[in-house]
Amino acid sequence: MTGFFVLAIYIGVFVVSFFLVTKVVHRATVRDFTSLKTVTFGDESAVRPNRWAGVISILTIFLIWGMFTGSALLPKFLHAPAPFVGTAEFTYTAEANGQRDDATVTVLVHPREQDVEAPEVAPGDGFAKNDSATIAQWRTGLIRVDSNDEITKADGAEVVAINGQPIARGETVKIDSGSVTLSDKGTPNFAPSRGWQMEPLYLPPPEEVWTRTVQVVKEGFRGFTLWEHLGYSLFRVVVGFFFGALVGIPLGYAMGLSNWFRGWFDPIVEFMRPVPPLALIPLVIIWFGIGESGKIILLFLAALWIMAIAARSGVSGVNISKVHAAYSLGASKSQIMRYVIVPNSLPEIFTGARVAMGVCWGTVVAAELVAAEQGAGMMIMVASRFQNTDIVILGIILIGIIGFGIDMLMRYAERILVPWKGKA
Amino acid sequence: MTPARRVELRRATLNAAANSRDQTQKKAGTITVSGLSIKDLSMRFDLPNGSSVQALENVSLDLKEGELMSVLGPSGCGKTTLLNIVAGFLAPTSGTLVMNGHEITGPDAERGMVFQKGALFEWMSVRENVGFGPSMKGMPKAEKAQIVDHLLDVVGLQDFKEKAVYELSGGMQQRVALARCLANDPDVILMDEPLGALDALTREKMQSLVLKLWKETGKTIILITHSVEEALLLGERLIVMAPRPGRIHKEYHLPFAELGVGADLREVKKHPEFGSKRDEILAMIWDMEEEIMGRTEAAT
Repeated sequence: MTGFFVLAIYIGVFVVSFFLVTKVVHRATVRDFTSLKTVTFGDESAVRPNRWAGVISILTIFLIWGMFTGSALLPKFLHAPAPFVGTAEFTYTAEANGQRDDATVTVLVHPREQDVEAPEVAPGDGFAKNDSATIAQWRTGLIRVDSNDEITKADGAEVVAINGQPIARGETVKIDSGSVTLSDKGTPNFAPSRGWQMEPLYLPPPEEVWTRTVQVVKEGFRGFTLWEHLGYSLFRVVVGFFFGALVGIPLGYAMGLSNWFRGWFDPIVEFMRPVPPLALIPLVIIWFGIGESGKIILLFLAALWIMAIAARSGVSGVNISKVHAAYSLGASKSQIMRYVIVPNSLPEIFTGARVAMGVCWGTVVAAELVAAEQGAGMMIMVASRFQNTDIVILGIILIGIIGFGIDMLMRYAERILVPWKGKA
Repeated sequence: MTPARRVELRRATLNAAANSRDQTQKKAGTITVSGLSIKDLSMRFDLPNGSSVQALENVSLDLKEGELMSVLGPSGCGKTTLLNIVAGFLAPTSGTLVMNGHEITGPDAERGMVFQKGALFEWMSVRENVGFGPSMKGMPKAEKAQIVDHLLDVVGLQDFKEKAVYELSGGMQQRVALARCLANDPDVILMDEPLGALDALTREKMQSLVLKLWKETGKTIILITHSVEEALLLGERLIVMAPRPGRIHKEYHLPFAELGVGADLREVKKHPEFGSKRDEILAMIWDMEEEIMGRTEAAT
């Protein structure tokens, strides 16, 4: 139910902001017919990301996150209905030996992490006495209303109504602050209203994640600082990728230049390429243990095939007229290798490197989830075991940012180092 | 233009050509017995399905130094195969090729090639592309820079020296390709439809440039083209090839290349003989194409 509501809000923001930006903002600023270019399907260059849409999209995610976690960053009126907190009261009617008596139950509903004392209540008159209890938000609690009564359940007392509404075992009565269900054994079970917000255990509000971030930055996590965790992961990726490229690129060149190498390594490379590196984790752990070497070997294997295939296609993709031209300009075989084949294959190799870095980053996190002393993956795995959802979310965000950063860095390096990419 | 005037003009330009040739030889400091001789050249391609294609059959040709020869023919007549064999990229099935007194056994800097497109090194600047041949030979930097500078002046790309080749237009790129080929000072320049991918106006300018370079450098040039007009304009000698098997069908000796040097090519095209030759060759190629179509239809 809440899910549909979230989806509806999301679609609503999407549609409203679309009309607002395109019809109002853009109409006031630009007016041309370049948008017609999008009619030519497949012309990717004609469709550019709308900056407004990007900004609004990110803000919407935080808005919905804040709305459904009761974030302090948002004004109250934007919050989804909050779970009940405070003192709830209901009366029950007990029946024993043909007599009926009413008594009031006072329940203090408190935030989960608080310890509270049950409120003091006067016992009242009649054989049924007033009760009090405490229940944490989002939880339910059986209230043994008969325990202080003069006639208990064991003596034949039975709850027959809540707030005056008749109730039988297994039935539920709604009250202002939640609902009361009579259990199969006849004890009222009070469930304070949950509202539409997510419990912090499942999704903490943004500011709590931020507070936790600051805390983890200051104090570290499990004996290592945050930077050490991230640094270990990055170090493994860089070392694994470096060795993968160191072996994979010459291997790819050899496969692109020699029939024998091609025939020898083709079955191996073609077989290993579709095997997801994650599937190798168990074998790598058996062979090399859970230490640093195992992880680096895993990442080496993840990068190796990608780099070999990229280098191979870079070599075989050279336009034969370029080689012919170099020959008739008097270049020797080794000069053609150095001045034509290698530079011609660099764009392909860079594309491969970008893919390999992405795959390595994903693989290292997964490998650390399985077993590690430190690292980004280990951080979120351990945090999830201790239900530190805020650290899990913090870890996911950091992993995403670093993965994105790696890709951006590779693109930047590509622009600087192989500006001729795609210009042949 | 009267025939007498034409003869006169031709003599004058020939003298000029001889002079410039002398100059280039003096500059190089050597006098070589050059020329290209092709004898009984045959080329058969064996296809994977067991059949074979006779791309060239008994092609014989003698090319003197400084000749400008254009090769014309319908598709599949073996023009490009012939050029690739002369360049040394392909070994012929039978026949001999002798260049400057020695047999051709592979690609060499003495035979430069200009491709239709895509043969420039896009990871190098215009200057580096033009200087590629000299660099490979290990020429001293100063000398190389001088050659490159001179050639960039000749093809009019001095201002684009440090640009990447992919930033240039198609016509400019072909000028770079020409300059790169000339920088190596080859004896023969092989051109495989070098202007085929250019627009009409750029093409005309490039045709003038080719004529100018031919005159100024005195190089032997073999030029393959699909365009009858281009073949007439850029051929002292014009060879029409016939397909299946590829062979020389007819040879012409033409005055238009000499007339076109330094002149407006559109004026040359108005020459009465130009039109009649063009129509004759067009009809000839048309008949060959018809014959191929007929044969293919009969085969299916």
